[in-house]
Amino acid sequence: MFRGARIIPISGPVIERGVLVIQRGRIVSVGAEGQVQVPAGAQTHDVSGRTIMPGLVDTHSHVGGGDGGDRTAALHPAARILDAIDARAANIQRAQAGGVTTVNVMPGSGLLMSGQTAYLKLRDGRTINELLICADPQRDICGGMKMANGTNPRGAAPLPGTRARAASMVRERFVKAQEYRAKVRAAGSDSSKRPPRDLELEALAEVLDGRRMVHFHTHVHTDILTAIRLKQEFGFRMVLQHVSEGWKVADEIARAGVPASIIVIDAPGGKVEAIDNSPITGAALEKAGALVGFHTDDGITDSRFFLRSAGLAVRAGMSPDKALYGMTMAGARMLDLDRRVGSLDAGKDADFIILSGDPLSVYSHVLQTWVEGVKVFDRSNVDDRKFAVGGVGASDPGMHVHHAMEGHH
Amino acid sequence: MRGVMFHAAHAVAVLLGSAAVATSAGAQVAVRGETVYTMAGAPLRDGVVVIRDGKIVEVGPAASVRIPAGFRVLTARVVTPGLVDAHSVVGLSGALNVPDDQDQLERSAPILPDLRAYDAYNPRETLVEYLRTMGVTTLHTGHGPGALVSGQTMVVKTWGDVLSPANIVDSTAMLAMTLGPQVAQIYGARGPGTRSRGVAMLREQFVKAQEYARQRAAPPGDTTARVRDLGMETLSRVLAGEIPAMITAFGATEILAALRLQREFGFKLVLDGASDAHLVLDEVKRSGVPVILHPTMVRPSGVAANASVETAAKLREAGIPFALQSGFEGYVPKTRVVLWEAAIAAANGLTMEQALATVTLDAARLIGADRRVGSLARGKDGDVVLFNGDPLEYRTQVCGVIIEGRVVSEQCR
Repeated sequence: MFRGARIIPISGPVIERGVLVIQRGRIVSVGAEGQVQVPAGAQTHDVSGRTIMPGLVDTHSHVGGGDGGDRTAALHPAARILDAIDARAANIQRAQAGGVTTVNVMPGSGLLMSGQTAYLKLRDGRTINELLICADPQRDICGGMKMANGTNPRGAAPLPGTRARAASMVRERFVKAQEYRAKVRAAGSDSSKRPPRDLELEALAEVLDGRRMVHFHTHVHTDILTAIRLKQEFGFRMVLQHVSEGWKVADEIARAGVPASIIVIDAPGGKVEAIDNSPITGAALEKAGALVGFHTDDGITDSRFFLRSAGLAVRAGMSPDKALYGMTMAGARMLDLDRRVGSLDAGKDADFIILSGDPLSVYSHVLQTWVEGVKVFDRSNVDDRKFAVGGVGASDPGMHVHHAMEGHH
Repeated sequence: MRGVMFHAAHAVAVLLGSAAVATSAGAQVAVRGETVYTMAGAPLRDGVVVIRDGKIVEVGPAASVRIPAGFRVLTARVVTPGLVDAHSVVGLSGALNVPDDQDQLERSAPILPDLRAYDAYNPRETLVEYLRTMGVTTLHTGHGPGALVSGQTMVVKTWGDVLSPANIVDSTAMLAMTLGPQVAQIYGARGPGTRSRGVAMLREQFVKAQEYARQRAAPPGDTTARVRDLGMETLSRVLAGEIPAMITAFGATEILAALRLQREFGFKLVLDGASDAHLVLDEVKRSGVPVILHPTMVRPSGVAANASVETAAKLREAGIPFALQSGFEGYVPKTRVVLWEAAIAAANGLTMEQALATVTLDAARLIGADRRVGSLARGKDGDVVLFNGDPLEYRTQVCGVIIEGRVVSEQCR
């Protein structure tokens, strides 16, 4: 049990001097000191003066060095990033140092549909199997589906050359998926009537069923509206990703009931589509009533500094409460993990971080990161510390930050 | 006025002196701050900075400073000198990141000393305006990393629609050079394939420049090789100590190679990037060479694999002169913000004021602009930034930016 800290549960008001009790990987209770019953024999951690909040949920990252589809086709719904992730990658340990406990690792944006994403817990695991939240990749849905529009997925054939072509290719594929799904349903238990198994259409059927969330990379306001239009035509569930010009169409996004995970970058530009990126998007979406979350897009921004997103979003007008919600509970909802993570509530996973101070202050450090009741990062540990501050051994040799675009360097 | 820029090298001295300063009508302003970081002594509580005709004429406690009648008075919780970005490429590099707005690196040859920053700088570039709103008033920008010698840099004020003596502080500040495997990756067959080949090519050029300088200085009767070579001219000026060589060197091997070149040819050296500096601290300290340290939040990858957010504190402790920079970014975001890089350094071993110094006075000294900028002191340019809280905090906003007494930005952001 952890006592004496300022506790930010996210799901309720801040507790100035609180107690957090965890057992067997779950939160047992959270409350003010003196009001929480502590089980006998509980190991006590005195964290007076510290701040505890839920582990951060990063809804869009490329840690682990994996990739998705290649440029042999514009859509690769069957490619799975879990087949390519290195759990021992240094950038995973740097993400732990940044307080990230749940992450949606995605293929890149160089395709209209680059493949299946992986929802991970940043446990101290040596293999991808130990990090996956799902139990069995063969049977379960282990993540979402990465899609993209705008300039990144454009190129020479077989990629689309224009935006309209891109949208039509997506529609054609979803129509095929609808037909496939109908045939499978019609066949019922009669295997002789079932169409031949198609891994790509199978994955798209999961998307159409609403069981596999689409994570849609999009920047410019027109492209954002196109993504919403596609979602409304085919009925899939979707999270908008990056949303650089979200501030221009905040009302439309809110009206469509589509959550937005925004990227907070230090300056606009870097490509034409990001020229009007602004941190005011967080405030504009909050005001419009949309669900707002954040992500690192690691390595575009550094997971060690994920908390900067909230501070800078508040600078640009977001409320502190919604900004911290955006780092935790919003992401949990976007990954359909809201019953397990995102807030400090009894019954949820014991995923939390211990900070030296206010999470919205530049001077605060992540001191410890806990995943399911196991401490995975401790700044006071010499080996862990280098993943927070850098230096020799903090990065993988020969690993270059790529632009998370298939076929792009 | 602009014609002055295109004369021979000696005319540059005129620009350096900024002999002709246009009268700044409307540049009569006073700034009052609850806390004023002058970078010239202890911070003032309830301090005032008075700017007349673009220059600071008075700095002191409000109780003892008289603000002349008719002066516009701005107030803020915290006031600092205009920020100085010790190394950027914005203005040659633009926000769109398309071929048309990326002029910081010529790829046809790896050694091009004669390329002038002011032949390519766009004062209206979005990123220049953006940095201005983030408090950067003095910018050291120009040709970028990636070539053995990519070209020249310049120091400018971040205002103005056109380049003129009104916004040029130093038209030929440094020569941008790079050592490291990235040069081979960029230039392929046109450049060095290995690190040692890169150093050898540079040594050859410096030796040629020594010979060139000798021949140019020869008595008038000797007419051999009197042909003027712009590249050799620039290298001669570097060898003569007139223009520092800013060598981008991230790895320890590269840092030591840069120091070795400096010892051999005697030029003024400024190390740039230097993420491995914490691994060769003694060598750097002994050399007396200053360091434009990489942005604190540089991605620890490739040549910067060993970068640490604590290196700023280590350089400070070792007494090595250094400043922070926004550097070069290849993709998104297209520039960093030195204020935020300083902030992370302050969270990792520097005090708040030490961090502020890395983007004000220390940076100004390093780029040779400290006669004019970097601190709030009588006689210096009236470059001031107004904040609504601790300048380094995420939630604090830049609420006003003044360049030589002109209020160029007033929106809090």
